[in-house]
Formats: sequence, C-alpha cells, structure tokens
Amino acid sequence: MLRILPTFLLVVALIAAWQGLHLVIGAGALTSPWMTVSHLVSMMATGDLWSNVGATAKAFVYAMGLALIGGIVLGVLLGVNRLAGAVAEPILLNLYAIPKVTLYPLVLLCFGLGLSSKVAFGVMHGLIPILLFTMNAIRQMRPVYLRTAGTLRLTPIQSLVHVLLPAILPEVVAGVRLGFALTLLGVLIGEMFASQRGLGYMAVNAMGLGDIPTIMAVALLITIIAVTCNSLMLMLDKKLQHR
Amino acid sequence: MTFALKGGSVEPLRVAPDTRTPHVTLSQVTRSFKKAGTKEMFAALGPIDLTLNEGEFFSVVGPSGCGKSTLMDVLSGLARPTSGEVMFEGKVITSVPDGVGVVFQEDASFPWLTVHDNIAFGLRRSGVEGAEVERRVAYALGFMGLRDFAGAYPAQLSGGMRQRVCIARTLVMQPRLILMDEPFGALDQQTRLLMGDELLRLWRETGATVLLITHALDEAAMLSDRVGVMSSRPGLFIDMVETGWDRDRDSRVVSTPRFGEINARLWDKLRVETMKVMGARH
Amino acid sequence: MNIESVLRALLVAGFIGLIELLCRTHVIPQSVLIAPSQMLTHLVSVVSAGVYGKDILFSFTNIAVAALLAIVSGFLVGLAVHSMPRLRAALEPLLASYYAVPTFIFYPVFIVVFGVGHGSIIAIAVLLAVVAMITATLTGLDRIPGVLRKSAAVMRMSRLQTAWRIELPAALPYLFGGVKLAVAYAFIGVIASEFILSGSGIGYAIAFAYNNFESDNMYALMLLVLISVTLINAALNYFDRRLQARRQR
Repeated sequence: MLRILPTFLLVVALIAAWQGLHLVIGAGALTSPWMTVSHLVSMMATGDLWSNVGATAKAFVYAMGLALIGGIVLGVLLGVNRLAGAVAEPILLNLYAIPKVTLYPLVLLCFGLGLSSKVAFGVMHGLIPILLFTMNAIRQMRPVYLRTAGTLRLTPIQSLVHVLLPAILPEVVAGVRLGFALTLLGVLIGEMFASQRGLGYMAVNAMGLGDIPTIMAVALLITIIAVTCNSLMLMLDKKLQHR
Repeated sequence: MTFALKGGSVEPLRVAPDTRTPHVTLSQVTRSFKKAGTKEMFAALGPIDLTLNEGEFFSVVGPSGCGKSTLMDVLSGLARPTSGEVMFEGKVITSVPDGVGVVFQEDASFPWLTVHDNIAFGLRRSGVEGAEVERRVAYALGFMGLRDFAGAYPAQLSGGMRQRVCIARTLVMQPRLILMDEPFGALDQQTRLLMGDELLRLWRETGATVLLITHALDEAAMLSDRVGVMSSRPGLFIDMVETGWDRDRDSRVVSTPRFGEINARLWDKLRVETMKVMGARH
Repeated sequence: MNIESVLRALLVAGFIGLIELLCRTHVIPQSVLIAPSQMLTHLVSVVSAGVYGKDILFSFTNIAVAALLAIVSGFLVGLAVHSMPRLRAALEPLLASYYAVPTFIFYPVFIVVFGVGHGSIIAIAVLLAVVAMITATLTGLDRIPGVLRKSAAVMRMSRLQTAWRIELPAALPYLFGGVKLAVAYAFIGVIASEFILSGSGIGYAIAFAYNNFESDNMYALMLLVLISVTLINAALNYFDRRLQARRQR
C-alpha cells in the first residue's frame, strides 16, 4: 500500500493541475474534474453510452482476436523458419514504422464504412508488434530446450505445446500488452471517421456539437479502461517473473 | 614424487567391469558439416570405432572443439552420422531410441516449471500414469537431495542444484544408457568433486552404461572404468586407458599412486593435441 | 549482398509487380486501387506542378515543430526527473501506462481549446511523442557506466563539464533512439490528426481526395507519405549506425 502512495499523490497533483487549467481556460473549453466525473456518471445511467461502449467493445474483441491469432501463428512460423524470418523482419519493421493512417483510405475502399473497417484498423495496428515479439522470442529461445525435448522423445506437437509455447510466454505477453493498446487505438481512430457508432464516434460527434463535457467524459472513461487493462497485464507479467 | 612409465604404457591392475556384453557400438562413424557459406564439408568426427559394454563407465577427454559434443549427438540419436552406423542394444539407431538419457552442458531445466514438475516432465509426456509418476519423482528427489526444493523454481536454485534437477529428470526415465556432456563444467571445483561422487552413486544404483564427456582429466581418471583420449578435429580416439577401479569407488581414489599414473598418461597424449588446437609448436 | 537481401528484394519487387499486373488487367478495379506506376507518375507531375505545395509545407512544418518540441521538452523533463529519484519512482507507473491510453481520444479536446489548425495538431503530436523521449532519456542516463562519472570526479571536472563532456556523449545512443521514436510518433500524430479533422496538410489532402473520389491524387499523396517516411527513417538509421559504429568494442 505504501509503495503506491507517491504515485497516488502524483495523480492527485495532476488532477489539481487539471482543475487549475480549467479555472484558467474556462468551462467552455475544459470541464473541471468534478464536472467530468459527474457528467460521466449521469451518462452511465443512459442507454446511449452503453450501446456505444458495446459497439467499441465488439469491434475491439474481433480485432484483438484476429491480431492475437495472426500475430502468434505468423510469429511462430517466422521464428521457427530462420530464413523466412530473416527475410521478413526488415519488411515488417518498415511496415510498423509507416503511419497506418496512410493506408486508411485503402482499407475504407476495401471494407466500406462500419464494423469491418474498424476491425481492419485495429488488426493493422496490433498484429505486427505481437508478431515481432513472438518471432523474436522464438529466435532467442535457448536451443537446449528443444534438444532436451528431443532426448525425451517428445512428438513435434508435444514439443510445441509443452516446451516452445511455455518458453516464449513472457515475451509474447509483453507483445500482447503492446498489441492491446495499439489495437484499441486503431479501433478508436477508425470510429472517429469511419463509423456512426462507438466511443470514438461519440467523441467526434460531441466535438461537432461543441459538447465539451461529453468529450472529456468519454476520454476519461477510455483512459480508465485502458489503464486498468494495462495494469492487469503488468501484473500478469510480474507473475511470470519467477523465471 | 616421480614414477617411471614402462615404455610409455601403464599396466592395468585389474580387469575392468565384469560384463563384457556390448551395449553400444560405433562402427566407422564419421560426421561432417558444411562449412558456413561454402559448399565444402569439413570432418568434425571420425572415423570412430568404439564399443561400450553394459554397465561400463566410459569417459571421453579431448581438447576443445575436437568433436566430443558431436560424438554425443551421434550416440544419442540427435544427429545421424555422415557415414558408419551406431548400434544400441543390437539395433541401428536412426533417432533418439528408448532407454537413452542425456544431460547437457548447459542448464536445461525449464524455468516455467517447479523442480517437481521438471523432474516429472518426461514421464508425463510418455504417458506414465499419475501414481507411478509421483512415486518415481519422489524417489529421484530423495536420491538427488532435492526433496526440500520440490516446490521451488529453477531460478531460485544454484547452478549445481539446477544440474541435479536435470540429472533427476533423466534418472526418472530409467535410462539404460546415460550420456553426459560436461555436466559439471559450470561448477566450482569442490562442487564438482562432490557431484562426481553422486554420479558414481547414480551409476551403481541404476546399473546403466555411462558415457561422460569432460575436459577435466582428473574427473575422467577418478570416475571411469575406461577413458578414451580424443585427438583434435577431426576427433579420433588416440588412446584408451583402463583404470581398473573397483565398482564401489569414490573420490578418494585421487590419493592413490595409480591415479597419478593414469593422469600422467592422459596428459601425455592430450598435451600434444591441446597444443595443436592452440596453434603452438610442440 | 547475401541471400536474405536478394530474397527480400525479389519478394518486394514481386509483390509490387503483382499489384501492377492486377491493376492493369482491371482485376482490381480502378476505383479501389490504381497501378503503382501510375501512382508514381502522377505524384511526380503533381509535385512538379506544385499543386499540393501549401499542404506539404503545412504538414512538414507541423512535424518538424512537434518533433523538436517533443525532443527538447522530453529531454529536459527526463533530465529533471532523473535527478529526482523520489519523483521518478512516483512517475514510473504512469509512464509505463502512458502508451496504453489511446492519446488520440484527446484530439477533440485540443480542437475545442486551440481550434482547427497548427495548434491542436502539434499539441496531439507532441503528446504522442514526448513520453518516448522522456523514457529514452531516463534509460540513457541510467546506462551511463558509473565508472565514467568517477573518472570525471577524479579529473576534478565541474558539474557542467561532466554533463556536457561525459554524460551527454555516453548517453547519446539511447537519446538518439528516443529521437527516432519521437520523429516517428510526431509524423504519425500529425498526418493522422490532419486526416481526422483539419483544413490543410497532407493528411487533410488525402481525406479530401478520398471524399471526392480522386483516386490518382489520393494514391499519389499516400505514396508521398510512404517515400517521406522511408527517407527520414533511412537518414535517421544512417546516423544511428554511425553513432554505434564508433562505439563497438
């Protein structure tokens, strides 16, 4: 408990700074912390917020699922086959560095507006980090583990499930943590210009209406969700540290 | 104290192990690798002709890079010989056969499993039923002195203990042939001597045939029934020394004169080969 | 020229060639994608005619300013935080969670505060990039071997001299890693915000072309962004390698 006290105090200080900023700029541009929270609470009582949360959640779950499966499977394949991995890595790193926004129009043209586009954006953002982390985990795995599996006469499936996957798990979790954040980002950005539903849409719509409290409330909600999920994954990360 | 070597050879005091039944045979075994980036092959090992008898404790010494580890890969079935054949219990081996246990030079304990689960690993994968698994694991834990650490993770243990976990994992599979590649290489001298005693205990208890690869002459001389001296690459056996120790020996043989003679003979042959590897003139 | 580079070049060339073929034979309709060769020729003609000159200037100004702001402020903040271990301990969990939050969700807030234009775009880009620089600065300062500072003390150097002549050069590789990330994030932040909502800039121009079904303009601009990113990355990597080469033991 005592360990998180300094961080807690820092958060309190940040909230105070927020309040200060509000007093300087005015409620028309930035709502105060208290107003934001109460607005959020009142929004939670309506069905409107929850249906938007549901839309974002749905797109996110699809995108995350695809990014996870695609990233891990491809990562394993490219990690196990040295040549394919060596050829693909620079290409993947370059793709990762390109602002995905450059490809948005192409995605829109392929998938149209709506759920499929949002899912595509999410996958675009999240798949590559998961792939790269998984691939590197396999390349850096100590070869003696697989040699041991050989001497214990494990079948290839047994080696994969009981040796390879547990050995790479910590790195994969680190990659998934990053992929999670990026997939969420991709889905939200997609909602900001390619959808009529979802939290990203809510924020942009509120902006068009000059509804600052709603913008801030949505931003606050997303921040809380994102930080909570990240902290849970960090805790999982720590649990794997006994290695 | 000096001692005379009669014409370069040392007379064995006793006949080595009782059983003379061949257990593992290598006939004209060679192994070559492609040189990286070219099409040339270079010979790493052989030709090797070697017969290990049942229950024998055989050590291999040689300069670094001479192909000792390659020999182990071929013996265990992890690698196929480029030519020649390896026979284990009368059958030519093409993959890792049943009844062979391997302990590697590096720590191969799985960091994500407890000591108990590490030891149980091989048994569980080969379908042995739960009660039998527990029985054998409990025995191995006791035998290797790991009972108090059954629930610990390898990261919490010292290097020596982790190697004991690896040995225990091999032991529970009840191997008939145990191959060990410099298992004590990463340990300090005192630990090595004690582990040597444990290894002898293990050998007597299981009745297995043991092949130990080591760079430490004294270790080979102390533990083995027979020591093979390997030349620098390509690895060939250039000498075989029978030690003649009793089966119930332990590390105290190091204080006998015979130990000194064996050591001297091993070093005599090995010194030349080691200098070749180091590029010195001899 | 090893086998991997050859295979890679073949893979990329083959892929582009395939797209070119599929476009020319109209398997991929012109409304969805135009042929790569067409993209290139159109880009050249558009750039030489100076059609998007204003937008290009707008975007690159934003990127440069945002990157510079992020790098300088990130470095200074990192420096300050490093010298205050208690503050750092409190800040660390927040920094670790920072990139978990989709920063873009604050873009509407900035638009309301600064209006549409340079201000909000640079603000969101800086917000995205600054923490990468702070983290890199902290790591870089951490990694300075203690023995170097001890040597400076033995040579009786002043605090400022130590910082300038010992600490900065020692931390430089890590700092440069932060610079690379900051530039990348600034680029992404600027183009993405211009795309979502803006009155000018390359991102805006792409969105405009998309909304008006001007495929050739749109793809030409997308190609421009791709080329710019590749060039900037290549330049930064070149400096990075030169920096690293002198330090290899």
